[in-house]
Amino acid sequence: MNDNILEAEKVVKRFGGLLATDHFDYVLPRGMIASIIGPNGAGKTTFFNCLTGFYQIDEGRLDFNGESVIGRESYELTQMGISRTFQNIRLFNNMTVLENIMVGQEPHLKSTWIGALLGLPSVRREEEETERRAQELLEFVGLKGMGDSLAKNLPYGDQRRLEIARALGARPKLLLLDEPTAGMNPRETAETTAFIKRLRDELDITVLMIEHDMRVVMGISEKVTVLDYGRKIAEGLPHEIQSDPVVIEAYLGKGATASLTAKKAQA
Amino acid sequence: MNEQLRKTINMGLIVGGIALSLSMIGIIDAFNQRFVITDLLTLGQLLLFGMPLVAGLLVSSKLTDSSLGGKLLHGGLAGLLSSVPTFLLLLLTLFWESIRDSFINVKPDLISLLTLNNENIVVGGFLLVLIFGVLGIVGGGFALLPSRFRRPISTSLAWTIGSGVMSDILIGILRPRLSSATLRKLFGSTGLQPVPFVVLFVLLTAVFLWWQQGGQERYHSVRQNLTPKQQKNSRRVSISLLVIFLLILPSLLGVYLSEIVNEVGRFILMGLGLNIAIGLAGLLDLGYVTNFAVGAYIMALLTSNSGFGLSEPVSFWLAVPVCIVAAMFTGFFLALPVLKMRGDYLAIATLGFGEIIRVLARSDALKPFIGGAQGILQIPPAQINGFVAQLLGYVLNPINNFLGRFDLGILATNDAGEIVFGNPPQLYYLFILASLLMLFISRRLNNSRTGRRWMAIREDEDVAAAMGINTTNAKVLAFTLSAASGGLAGAIFAAKLGSIFPTSFELLISINVLSLIIVGGLGSIPGVIVGAFFLVGIPQLLTEFAEFRLLLYGIALIVMMLVRPEGLWPSEVHRREINRDGEDETAVPVTAKT
Repeated sequence: MNDNILEAEKVVKRFGGLLATDHFDYVLPRGMIASIIGPNGAGKTTFFNCLTGFYQIDEGRLDFNGESVIGRESYELTQMGISRTFQNIRLFNNMTVLENIMVGQEPHLKSTWIGALLGLPSVRREEEETERRAQELLEFVGLKGMGDSLAKNLPYGDQRRLEIARALGARPKLLLLDEPTAGMNPRETAETTAFIKRLRDELDITVLMIEHDMRVVMGISEKVTVLDYGRKIAEGLPHEIQSDPVVIEAYLGKGATASLTAKKAQA
Repeated sequence: MNEQLRKTINMGLIVGGIALSLSMIGIIDAFNQRFVITDLLTLGQLLLFGMPLVAGLLVSSKLTDSSLGGKLLHGGLAGLLSSVPTFLLLLLTLFWESIRDSFINVKPDLISLLTLNNENIVVGGFLLVLIFGVLGIVGGGFALLPSRFRRPISTSLAWTIGSGVMSDILIGILRPRLSSATLRKLFGSTGLQPVPFVVLFVLLTAVFLWWQQGGQERYHSVRQNLTPKQQKNSRRVSISLLVIFLLILPSLLGVYLSEIVNEVGRFILMGLGLNIAIGLAGLLDLGYVTNFAVGAYIMALLTSNSGFGLSEPVSFWLAVPVCIVAAMFTGFFLALPVLKMRGDYLAIATLGFGEIIRVLARSDALKPFIGGAQGILQIPPAQINGFVAQLLGYVLNPINNFLGRFDLGILATNDAGEIVFGNPPQLYYLFILASLLMLFISRRLNNSRTGRRWMAIREDEDVAAAMGINTTNAKVLAFTLSAASGGLAGAIFAAKLGSIFPTSFELLISINVLSLIIVGGLGSIPGVIVGAFFLVGIPQLLTEFAEFRLLLYGIALIVMMLVRPEGLWPSEVHRREINRDGEDETAVPVTAKT
C-alpha cells in the first residue's frame, strides 16, 4: 500500500459555469495534520464535499487509501474510513448527546431490526458495547456526564467537541475538520488545537482541516495548502506559506506584500 | 396607554371574540343540551361563562401589580370586555330581524341562553355583561390564591366537571351495580346531581391538597425505601392489576362503550404504525390510509363468502399475516418512487397515493374483482373453534362463572363452544391483543439501532448519510414496517364490520391518524395512546361533537402547536428536557428572594 492516504489529481468540480475546484492536485501522507486555507469561496468546503460523497467530481482522479471515491455514496465513504465535521455545526439536535455518538458508530454496527425485535443476546451485547464506547468518546472529548442532554442544548464549544466525538465514533482513518475553531474564544481555540494534536498522536488519525485561525494553522499543521478561486496557489510548511507573496496577495489584495515588507524594514 | 391596561383589554376582547364565534358557530347551543350538573348547569353554559373566568384568571396571573385591588380590577375589566362582542350580537338581533338567514345558528335558544331567559333583550344583555364582569373578578381573585391551593382546586374542578360531562360512562358502568334509586340520586338524565357534584368536588380537592401537601413526598419516600425485592414485587402487583383491569374492561364498560374503545384501538394501531414513519424517521406520510385499505381489502378477499376473491375462503387467522405482508409490500413499493423526495414534496406525493387507492377501490375497472362502490359483503367475524376453543374454554369458563357474580366477565365462548369475535366486547380482545403486540414491536424498534438510524435521518438526512447510514435502506424499511400496523388495523376492521366499502378509506383517516400523533406527541409511543383517546374517544363519547369534529381537530392542532408543541405526552427525551427547564424557571425566583 502506498504511503499517501489521499491523492487528488486534476480534480474539477463545476457548478454551472463556475469552476469551484479547478484542476486541483493534492497529496496527503498518512499520519499528517494538514490544513487547507484560503479566502471565502475558494472551494475548500467543496473539496471536502467531494471527498465525502456530498458532491461527485466532474473530472480527475480522487483516491482514498488507494481506492477511488468516485461514484461512491456518502455512507460507503464513511464505512471506508473518512469522517467529517461541518462548518455550521450539524448535530442531530433532538437526540441526546450519547445517541449522537452512538449514531456515529454506525459503520461498525451489525445488528438488524429483526434481531432487535427478537431481543437477541448478540444485539443487546452490541448495544451495550456501543453505549460503553460512546461514553468513552464522551470522556475523551471532555464532555463526561453530559450524555443525557439534548444535543441542541449544549453550549457552542461543546457542540463542536460533540461533533468531533461523533465523527470519531466511526473510527476514521482520515478526519476532515471544517473550521473546528470557528466562533471559539482564544482559550477554547488553544484547547481545541491541543486536542486535534492528540487525535493524531493518540489515535493515529490523519487530520485534514479547513481553518481560518492562523494560530491554529501555523501551530499544528505539517503542511498548508492555499486555495483561491478553486486553484492551488501555494503549498508548503507553515512558515513558508506565511511569507509567500502570492498568498498575502490573495488574502489582502495587490500591493499588500510591498507595504508589509516596507513595515518589516522599518521595524 | 398603560401597557398593563392594553394587555387586559386585548385579552378581554380576544376571549370575547372566541365566545362570540363559539356562539355563532352553534357550539354553545349544541352543548347546551348536556347537563354537567343536572338541571343547573349545562356544558354550553359552562363553556360560555367559563370564558370571563379564564380571561380574568389569565390577565390577573400575568399582572405585575400584585395588589388585591389591581388584580380584581383587571380581572373584572377583562371579564366585562369579553362580553362586549356577544352583547353587540344581541343588540344586532334587535335591528336585524332576518339574521338567521345569514347566521343560521343564531337561534332563539341561543338568544335566550345569552340573555339568561330574559324577555327583554337589552335588559338580558346588560345582565350578561354584569355577570361576565363579576366572573372576571372571580377569575382574577382566583389568581390571588397561592399556587399550592390553586393547583389542587383547579385539578379537582376539572375532574369533577369531567365526571359530569362524561356521566354517560359512569351511568353505564354503575347501572348494573347500583339500585336505580341510588343511581337517580347521583345522576340526572345527563350530568351529576348538585349534591354529589359538590361532594365529589370537595373530596377530590381534599385528596389533591393532601397529595400536594406531603402525600406525594411520602409516597415517593415509601417507594424509595423499599428493598429491591419489594420494588420488584410492587411492580409485579401493579402490572397484574393493570392486566386484570384490561381483561375485564369490556364487561365493565358494556357494549356501547366497548365499541368506542375498539375505535380508539383501531386508531392506536394506525397511530403506532404512522409514528414509525413520521415520529421516528420524519417521513411525512399523508397517505397512510393506503395501508389500512390494503389490509381491509385483502382480508375481505381472503375470507368473504360473497364470491369475491377466494372461492374457498380461509380463516381470519390465516388471512391476518397475509394482510400484514401485503400492506408491507404496498409500503415497500410506494416508498421506491418517493425516496428522493423530502418534506413537503413527500407529503404531496403520499397524499396522492391515498387518493389513488380510494379511486381504485371505487373504480368500475376493478369492480369485478373488488366490488367497486358496492364493496365486499359477508366477511365473517374472526372466530376460534375446534380444539383451541375447547382448550380456552376450560380456562375461560370458570373465570367467567366466578366474575359473573359481580356482573363482570372476560372473553367468552358461545353455546357451541366457539369463541366468536362478533360483538364489541369480544372484539375488544382482538384489538387489545393487536395493540399490545404493536406496542411491544414499536418499543423494541424505538430503542434499537434501527430506531436511532431513523431518528438521525429525521434530524438531518445528509449528515445521517455522512455517518455511514444507508439512508435509502433505512427509509424503505421505515415505510415498510410502518405499513404493517396499518394492514393489521385494516384486517381487523374488515372482520369487525363484516363488509367494506370504498367510503371507509378516505383521506380523512390519514389526517385523523396524523393529528392524533401530533396531539399526543411526535415520536412518543404513550403519546399515540393519549392522542387516540383525545381525538377519537372523546368525540365519540360526546355525540354533540360530531358536527364540529373537524373544527375541533383544527383548534386542537393549533392550540397544541402554540401551547405545547411537544404533545400531551412527549417522548421521554423531551419530557426530561421540559422538566429540566421547569426546574430552572422555579429556581430563579427562589434565588431572587434570598
